[in-house]
Amino acid sequence: MAEQAYFEDYNEGDSIPVVSKNPSTQQLVQFAAGSGDFYQIHYDQDFARDTGLNGIIVHGALKHAFLGDLLHRFAGAEGHVKRVACSYRGMDVPAKEYTLKGTVTRKYTEGEKNYVELEIWGENEEGQKTTPGTGVVTLPSRG
Amino acid sequence: MADEPEFESVITDEMRAQIGVESDPTTSEVTTTSVRMFARAVAYEDPVFYDQAVAKERGFKDLPAPPGYLGTPVFNPVNSDPTFGAQRGRGPRIQSPYTLVLNGGTDVEYYDTPITAGDTLTSSSQLEVLNERYSAALGGPMLIQVTKTTVKNQDGTVVAVMRGTGISYGPKRDG
Repeated sequence: MAEQAYFEDYNEGDSIPVVSKNPSTQQLVQFAAGSGDFYQIHYDQDFARDTGLNGIIVHGALKHAFLGDLLHRFAGAEGHVKRVACSYRGMDVPAKEYTLKGTVTRKYTEGEKNYVELEIWGENEEGQKTTPGTGVVTLPSRG
Repeated sequence: MADEPEFESVITDEMRAQIGVESDPTTSEVTTTSVRMFARAVAYEDPVFYDQAVAKERGFKDLPAPPGYLGTPVFNPVNSDPTFGAQRGRGPRIQSPYTLVLNGGTDVEYYDTPITAGDTLTSSSQLEVLNERYSAALGGPMLIQVTKTTVKNQDGTVVAVMRGTGISYGPKRDG
């Protein structure tokens, strides 16, 4: 795990550490098994093409989980992921770099918890945000 | 705002009447094996998802479910979908007249009680939003359905609320 992030260290507009994924076809098969969703457009090229796609595509739910990983890494061992939300605006294909990014949009304290809201997204090699969304984590305080 | 091309609404009173109607519950399991499989598939690196000693040190009763994982639907060939694994006929009972579908988005809020290996989760869903719009990208009208799913653990505690957006469009079914 990377060094723990603290509530005081981040302000609106700050970027959080980037996470890079390069989902292989093997990873899509692993995700089919891990999620229980065996829809063939995620591992069978012929099937995917027959549905009108150019080939197999990355599961939306895997991209959602990638954003979960982005936020989990940011929250660290002492923080918690409270919300992961995203829209699927563009299709992504395996064996291409897929990058997860986020910036802080708001921070506030409620009760004893320190919340950080973020704009998060996954982007493809061309820099298009195919999976924009929002996230919320709690972070520990230095205080 | 530019004029939106006109289209015929496909939303019927019967469809609207389904908004807020709770579905029959479905059951999902969270096990050490299923947590590790999911975490491995996403390439989570935190040992908390793989090593029970680390999970216990961090205050979890067993391996916690990584973000994105809300258990695996209990599979039984009698009533589960062979491709998607979910129990059939438990979601909101709306049939879109459009034949093509897209997953529009996923929104999961996690509550204070963590989901961990050993949990049995019960989910019930309801249609929350029914909407239609012209989509320039899809070249026609689309029907948007937001389904809200409340996930409770074996103690009846809400552990997560998920909202899934389904989009249907394209040619209509016969009849």
